[in-house]
This record gives sequence, structure tokens and C-alpha cells, in this order.
Amino acid sequence: MATIEHAEHPTSTGLPSTKLAMWLFLASDCLLFGALISSYVLYRGASLVGPYPNDVFDIPYTSVSSFVLLASSLTMVLALNAIQRGDHGRTRVWLLATALLGMTFIGGQVYEFTVFHDEGLSLTTNLFGTTFYVLTGFHGTHVAVGILMLLTLLSFSLAGRLPQERAEAVELVGLYWHFVDIVWIVIFTVVYLIPTGSGPA
Amino acid sequence: MRRETLKVLGPLALTLIAAACAPNATQDSLRPAGPYAEKAHDLFVPVFWVAAAIFFVVEGLLVFFVWKYRHRKGREGIPPQVHGNTRLEIAWTILPALILAGVAVPTVTTIFDLAREPEGDVLNVDVLGHQWWWEFAYPQEGIVTANELHIPTGRPVYLRLCAVGLGYQQQVAPSECQPGPPEGAVPASLGDSVIHSFWVPELAGTQDVIPGRTNTMVLQADDPGTYTGQCKEFCGLSHAFMKFTVVAHTPEDFDAWVAGQRAPAAMPPGGTPAAAGAEILAGQCIACHAINGLQDANGDPILGSNNGPDLTHFASRECFAGCMLETNDENLRRWLDDPPSVKAGSWMPDYNLTPEQIDQLVAYLNTLR
Amino acid sequence: MASVSVPAERPRGLLRRPTAITGLWSWFTTVDHKKIGILYGVTAFAFFIVGGTEALLIRLQLAQPDQNLISPGVYNELFTMHGITMVFLVVMPLSAAFFNFLIPLMIGARDVAFPRLNAFSYWAFLFGGIFIYSSWFLGGAPNGGWFGYAPNSVLDPTRGMTFYAIGLLITGIASTVSAINLAVTIINMRAPGMTLFRMPVFIWMGLVVQLLLAFSLPIITVGLVELLFDKRFGTHFFDPAAGGDPLLWQHLFWLFGHPEVYILILPAMGIVSEILPVFARKPLFGYQFVVFSGIAIGFIGFGVWAHHMFAVGLGPVANTAFGVSTMIIAVPTGVKIFNWLGTLWRGDIRFTTPMLFAVGFIAMFVIGGLSGVTHAVVPSDYQQTDTYYIVAHFHYVLFGGAIFGLFGGTYYWWPKVFGRMLDERWGKVQFWTMLVGFNLAFGPMHVLGLQGMPRRIQSYPESLGLTFWNLVSTIGAFVIALSVLLFIVSAVRSFRRPREMSADPWDARTLEWATSSPPPVHNFDEIPVVHALDEVWHRKYAETEGGRVVPVPAGGSGEGGRGAGAHAIHLPGPSYYPLVASLGLPIVGYGLIFGWWLVAVGLVVMVGGLYGWVLEPSAE
Repeated sequence: MATIEHAEHPTSTGLPSTKLAMWLFLASDCLLFGALISSYVLYRGASLVGPYPNDVFDIPYTSVSSFVLLASSLTMVLALNAIQRGDHGRTRVWLLATALLGMTFIGGQVYEFTVFHDEGLSLTTNLFGTTFYVLTGFHGTHVAVGILMLLTLLSFSLAGRLPQERAEAVELVGLYWHFVDIVWIVIFTVVYLIPTGSGPA
Repeated sequence: MRRETLKVLGPLALTLIAAACAPNATQDSLRPAGPYAEKAHDLFVPVFWVAAAIFFVVEGLLVFFVWKYRHRKGREGIPPQVHGNTRLEIAWTILPALILAGVAVPTVTTIFDLAREPEGDVLNVDVLGHQWWWEFAYPQEGIVTANELHIPTGRPVYLRLCAVGLGYQQQVAPSECQPGPPEGAVPASLGDSVIHSFWVPELAGTQDVIPGRTNTMVLQADDPGTYTGQCKEFCGLSHAFMKFTVVAHTPEDFDAWVAGQRAPAAMPPGGTPAAAGAEILAGQCIACHAINGLQDANGDPILGSNNGPDLTHFASRECFAGCMLETNDENLRRWLDDPPSVKAGSWMPDYNLTPEQIDQLVAYLNTLR
Repeated sequence: MASVSVPAERPRGLLRRPTAITGLWSWFTTVDHKKIGILYGVTAFAFFIVGGTEALLIRLQLAQPDQNLISPGVYNELFTMHGITMVFLVVMPLSAAFFNFLIPLMIGARDVAFPRLNAFSYWAFLFGGIFIYSSWFLGGAPNGGWFGYAPNSVLDPTRGMTFYAIGLLITGIASTVSAINLAVTIINMRAPGMTLFRMPVFIWMGLVVQLLLAFSLPIITVGLVELLFDKRFGTHFFDPAAGGDPLLWQHLFWLFGHPEVYILILPAMGIVSEILPVFARKPLFGYQFVVFSGIAIGFIGFGVWAHHMFAVGLGPVANTAFGVSTMIIAVPTGVKIFNWLGTLWRGDIRFTTPMLFAVGFIAMFVIGGLSGVTHAVVPSDYQQTDTYYIVAHFHYVLFGGAIFGLFGGTYYWWPKVFGRMLDERWGKVQFWTMLVGFNLAFGPMHVLGLQGMPRRIQSYPESLGLTFWNLVSTIGAFVIALSVLLFIVSAVRSFRRPREMSADPWDARTLEWATSSPPPVHNFDEIPVVHALDEVWHRKYAETEGGRVVPVPAGGSGEGGRGAGAHAIHLPGPSYYPLVASLGLPIVGYGLIFGWWLVAVGLVVMVGGLYGWVLEPSAE
């Protein structure tokens, strides 16, 4: 669906319209996550019953899965670099790697959430459960959509339909992927790392 | 030209006429009857006249230009293509800003003024908003009532406002607003509460009544009288029927009223229809209502609940059912027969009372002065 | 705009792209911004009739005290649906209709940046509107007010507010996507020589509106999701019994809701800024200041939201801050009004119907704006809030303002869109009828509010002394209905005329008048090169030494060089995948209410549609 502006139709800014659109979309998405994170922060310490964050969080575990997601941004950059050089073999490798790392992250979250659930934290248990699962759920959905896009690019490439001239498509997915990664860094910091003490406070 | 003038003068005339021509309005923010309502009014009136002046100038210019520069036959050619005037732009940016600054200063001082807790001989009342009626609790006087807020003239009345719900659980709703946000366990009665807004325009502006928080406001009446009010924030099916009155007494009359409200209700003599009514009430109605003085056969007090209005002095009030209905036998019968059919969504269910039971209840309620 | 992609694959079955651009089926597959604009316009107008009928029923119920023509339950649905319809299904899509049709033409482009995405936005809007309205038949319409305050909206036992949350999420997706599309179009697809400060004011307002949409919609998206989850999955976002705060909903709603009102009014302000100069025969006075004040309104608009919450108890500091910021926003608004007056000053004014509506806009908007300033006087607002005084205010700015402006634009651009004029005499009668009806309906509401009538009440007692003005208001509402009927008749009659219209029947100023009426499918035979603001005017007229304006001989200096497009014109081809993909949205919506299997079906349809969209060959 990426439509390349023909050389005869220059854009007013010099930037391709698709890239401009992606930036604008990501700016808009910032506000989406901003509102979700605000809801979480507003209700921090307001749960009337447990479990509370300190009862369930396993920071080392989540740090590992955060690192996995961070690493996927590196592989994304490598994938873009590869296609810009016309190296289709490496493009496919790095696209696949990014998707797999993303899936590992999601898998890690799914496992983490089942453990939380077993420890008594569900969507409806308290304000912590409500805000936590909705925020991370939205993020996870964004990651899943990203993985779908990566696999789509991969299959295009395998079908010979992703030539060097269409490197921009990879760049756009890359922008999205990095955004999702940055949002995770914010969530990880605000939700997991900023100490909340034991109990609700 | 005439038509353009009409276009502007029409709505203007209407508004002026209107201001004069609703003399029967009894819930009129333009007729403040106490100092706190007057504060809002004293801001509104000058601002209104400033706005009116701006209206005349701007609309006047509009009408004038549209008349003066209309195309006339024989006037051909294109007018000079004036693009703008920077000095004018600066002027008509700064001048409105100055006018607004002038309006802002008294506005801000009044905001802070109205937010201050009053000093002196203050009457404290807790206002609890239920669906769809108002409960009034006087913590220092030790009385609880509904639908009518009785106050003395000349004293500031400091209100705490909170929203209370009614589930189908038989909980006792607290007849007291917590001073701040709830700590620890939240009363379960919050589970069905919605936002309301307490408004008696002749005595004060509104403040909203929000579940989980306690808002405060002050009102005061200068003269004895009855002032009407109602809920202003959409709260469901019978939002239109969540009304109340404020009855302002002279201080002496107010003290007498308090004394009367403190007194428990006397049990009617045995064998009378009223006694039978008391028995019905003690059996069914205390799930939601309370009557101070209701006794069982042994003379032990029967404790009720305040999910619904306190009925101890029901007959002393001129309205009931959220002041939807005037207190009289006919209305009482209609209500007791099938409350939800009278008031949409009413939490008080139809108890399938027989006409005889209804008569007995009416007889008993009439004794609750 | 041409699309060039890799050599197309042999189109296979499902991926064979439709080609017809005429005929009934072409309306379902069109990606032409002009057709999409017409679709938006017709659909929005249909919703206008429905929303107006809801209003008439409300006014019938309120014409006399203590009536029970309409029960409280139905009454609550009526005023809720009236608000939702007018805001989300009428004014926004009517503005979208104008933006869609005119933006590419006014900036000298052949279409928007992403034509299929544009079609997707329309279909998503239509399906969202149908989804919300289907609630009447599926358990009850939304009944918690268009503002849906929690906890009432959460606790309501019917499905209505669930339909509300999901339906507005669907239309929100439509608007967000469209906002990105149109913003990129304006920023990136202007004709050579059209710098930002040579863009028409309508385009500037369009840009501000798209950015307001892109940044405010995500906030309400979160609010609506939280509401949906509270209702459907038992979460506690707005549940005071679990420690939740009902005010969180209000903050999220109004953080969107306030920019939303500027989204509603700025397009009409843009339209008025185009109409006044044409019929006063002078340029817009203070063009840069009008543009800057629009931008300022956009920015400040994000800083006033809690003026809808003055009575909730935020405290004197917050109330002061928002009261002051609300007063501040009056300044750029005033600047626009004064510049419009300056445009009329010393003009040569012709009272065509568009001009009547534009002048009517200014007159009515001034009233609404002034009452708005009185709301900013916070202690006075404690009396005004939630009364009919507020209802009066926003109808003056949204009807007397936005709707009047949109009607003006309709009369103005009708010849461009349809190649025929709307009859001028009918138009004038329609205007005056609408003006009188409007003032009769909403003028008295100022009085009603100040003298004790709250909003959203199914009935009021005789004792309040408000009977007379309620009756007058009801009569006014029916006069409005008459004027809308007049418009419909006029519109139908216009199609009886032959389609022969010159490119520039009004002697106008902007680029859409440089091409035929209606425009060819490719908009311009040659992409114009722009040398000035009001390019078309400058091609027709030049200023002499003495300041006199004289016509330029045809073919003279106005036409400047050949623009891009001298070669073969490639246009984006039709596609049915935008419709297919958007169909997935309401199916998911129904699934969230009726069963997870339906959600799965909807996702399959949506993802399938998206893949078809990506995989189909680009048409040449």
C-alpha cells in the first residue's frame, strides 16, 4: 500500500506523504498512551484491596523481557539497513529476528500475566488490576499489530515483492516499531520501576 | 436595510422582554435572596451590561456596514483592495484583553470568597444526594430529614455535599458526609450512586454532588420564606423530579422547628387504623425507612434504615417523593399503590398493598407531624 | 496525484480491481475525494433530519408543563441521541464533506494523499452512525447524555451506553484516520508556488481542525474504552466503591470535548472567511491575523477544558486558572470577528444567499460568544451551568454559527459541486425563515436558564412560571423545521435545471473556481502554478498605480508557466477494500455486545479487507 511519490510529483515538504502520515499517527498515538498512563498514575496507591504492585511484580523478569524488546529495535535497524543496501537475504533474517523477539516479548507478558492472575490480580480485582492490564494490554496489542506488519513485510520479501526501491515500507514499519519500544520504556519505568512501597501507598 | 436591522433587533428585543416578562419565576437566579446568591448576581449584572454594550457596538457596526456598503445600481467597479491595518489589529487585540482583565479581577476575588469556609455562627448541614431525593442531616442538632431544608435567616449555612446510592442490599446508608475522600473501606452504598447537583438559585449557585468526594458550599437567606430548588446534573430516569425546598425561618421559629424534629414520633393508640399502619410499616418499610419512636409490641424501639427518607416527621413536610408530589392523601395513595408507575425508576418497589393497607398507612403517616 | 508502484502482478480474482467511475456501484468503490465529499454531505444531511426530528419531539414534550407525551426513559434517549447525532453525525461530517471536496481543489491537487484511506473514513463513519442508531432496535438507545457522565452511564442497566461507547469509538477511528490524511494533504500536496501563507483561510482552518482531531480523539478513545470496560468487563475506572473517581471520565471527556467544539466551529469560520471577500469584492481583512487567531484558538483550546467542570469542586485555584484561560480564548475569537467586519467595510456588498448566511453567522455567533464570556465569570457560572442558559449559548454558536456557516457554504459551492445554482429567491426565503425560527427557538432559552430551568429534564411544573417561553421556543423549532423543508425542496428543484455552469459564476478568488463546474475527475487539466494569495482573483484583476482595480485581459499575465501535470495524468483507481475493511468495525462492535464469535468474524473481515487493500494492484 505504500505509494511512492513519483519524481514528477514532488511534495511540498520534500518528505514522502507516507512518512509524514506515520509521524502524525505516532504523535496521535502518544496522546493515547499518555491518557492511559495518566489513568494508571492517577490511581496509583488508590486500590482499596490487594494484590498491590509490590506483591506481584518481578522486576528482574520484566527487565529481561524489556531487554528483548529493546534488542528487537536493534534488529529492526539492521533490517532497514539491509534493504537499503539491497541485501535481501539479510533483510529477511533481520525482519524475522525482529518479529521473533517481539513474539518472545509478548510470550513473556502472557506468562507474566498468568502468574499475576494466579496470585489473585485480575482485571476486576482492584484499581491496580484495572489500570495495569488495560495499559499493558493496549501496548501488547500495538506490539502484536507490529509483528503482523513485520511478518507481512517478510512474506513480501520472500515473494520477491520487496525490492530495494520499496525500502521506505520497511522504514515506516520501523518507525512504528521503535515508537512501540519507546512507549514500553516509559511504561516499564513508570509502572514497574518507580517504587510504590509495600501496600497500596 | 430594514431587514438587516430586524435581524439584530429582533433577538435583542426578545431577550429584554423576556427578562421582564417571567415575573412568576420562583427559581430565579436573577432575584437573589441572600448574600451568597447576591455575590454571583453582582458579578453577572455588570458583565451582562458590558456584554450588551459590546453587542450593540459590534452588531451595530455589522448592520451599519451591511447597509452602507451594499451594492447600489450604477456603482460599478471594484472597491479598493484593502488588505489590513496592523495598528487596528493591535488595538482590537489589546482592548478586549483589557476589558476581560477588568472582568477577571472581581471574578477571581469572588471565586476565592465563595470557596472560603464561613466564620461566625454557622449552621452545618450534610446534604446527601440519593436517586432521586435529597436527604438533609444536621450533625449538631442530631436530626435527619428529607426534601425540605429548614434554615434560620441571617446565619450562613455551610453544606457538605455527598452522593449516596442504594443497592438492593439492605445497607444503612450513612447520614453523614465524610469530610474528605473516603479512607480505607468505602461504604458499599457508594456502589450505586451517581452525580447530582444541588441548586437553589435564589440562595446560591450550584455545586455538584459527586460519589466518592465531599464538596462544600455556603448559602444564606436574608428573609423568611420558601425557596425552591432541584437537582441540576443529569442523574437518570427521574432527574426532573429530584426537587427540594429551602424553608427559611426566623431564628426563633427555626429553634422551634429543630425541637419539633428532635421529638420522637408517638405510637398511635392500639386498635386504630393508624396503629395497623404502623405495624405494616414496621414489617415492610424499615428495610429502607426509619422512624424515631417506632416501637414493637414490647415497647422496644424498631431500628430502620436511611436508604430512603426518614419518615419521623413526614407529615410536617409539604412535599414528598423528591418533592414531586404535594403531601396529601390522594397523592399518598397513588404513591403507595405503585411507586414506579408514579416516578420512573423509583427504587421503592410496588409492595402490592391492598387498599385497606394503604388507608392504614396513610392514617399512620398523617400522625407523623 | 499519481501512484506509481512496482509492476503490478496479474490481478487474481478477489484482487481484480474495479474500474468503473460512473454508475451506482462506483459510489461504493470510489476513492475520488469529490464523490466522497458528496457522500459525507448527503449522509450528514440525512442525520440532520433525524437529529432535528429528535429535537422537535423534545420541544413538543416541553411545550407545556407537566406533560407526559414522552416518558422519562424515552425522553432521556431523545436528548442523548439528539446531542450525539448533531455533534458526531451532522456537524463533523458536514465539515468533512466540505474539506473532502474542496481541499484538493483549493490547493491545486488532484486528490488527497491517501484516496483509499479517505474512502475508508467515510464508510467507517457511516457504519458507526448506523451502529449507534441500531441501538433503538436492540435494547434501547444511549440515554446518559451525549457527555455520558459516569457513574450514571456505567450503572445504566440498558445496552444504550455500551452502544454509545463502541459507536463513538468507530466514528473516532474514521475521524482520526481522516485527520491524518487531510493534514498530510494540506502540508504536502500544495500546488507549486502555494506557500503556507498563500493558502486560503479555509485550508488553514482545515489544517488546524485536522491537528485538533488527531490530538484530541485519542483522549476520548481512552475514556470510551474505559467506559466500555467498566460496563462490559467489570473494571473500576469510574467506580467510587473501588476507589475510582467519576471525575476521571469528565477530565478525559472534556480534554477531547473542548477542542471538539473548535473542531465544530473552525470549518464554518473558514467558510465565512471565503464567502465574505467574494461578495464584498475585497480581500479578507487581516489575513495573517485571521490565520494566527485560528492557530491560537487551536492551541488555547487544549487549555480550557475544565470550564465545563467549574461546579465539580476542583477548588478556587483550578477554577481561577480555567476561568482566566477561557477569557483569554475570547481574544483571538474577537480578532476574527473584527477582521470580518473590516472585510465588509468599504466593500461592494451583494446579498446573495451565501452572503446572507455568512452575515447571519457573524450576528448569531457574536451573541453566542458573548454569552460564552459570561460563563467564564466562574461564580456566575455556578448559576448558569447545567441550565437552559448554556443550551442557549451552544446553540447560538453551533447552530447560529456552525450550521449557518455550513448552509452558506452549501449555497456558495453548490454550483461548483453540482453544476447548477440553488434558486436565489428560495434561498433568501429559506434564510430568513431559518433566522427567525432559530432566534425564536433559542433566544428565550437564555431567560429560561437564568430563571430556573435546568437541562435535561423531561418536564417542569407550572409553578416555575416558565411556560410561555417554552411554548415560544417550541414554535421556533417548528419554524426551523419549515426552513429545512424549504431547503430540501430547493435542492431537489435545482436538479431539474440543466447542468450548465461556468467555472466561476460568483467572480471568486480561490483555485477551485479555476476549473469547470463540476470539476473533471482529475480536477485540473494542468496543475496551476500559484503566485499569490487569492490566485484566481489576481489572474482576473490587477491593481493600477492609483489603487484602482482593473480586469486583466484574458490570457494575460495571470496564467504563469506550466505546472506539473503537463504529461499524462494518473489517477488512483477505485477499490472496494476500504468498504470491506471498514465493515469489520461494526461487526466487532456487535460482537463486543453479543458474542466473541462475532468479534472474531469482524476481525477476519477487517484484516482480510486490509490485506486485500495492501495486495491489490495499483490501478493505472
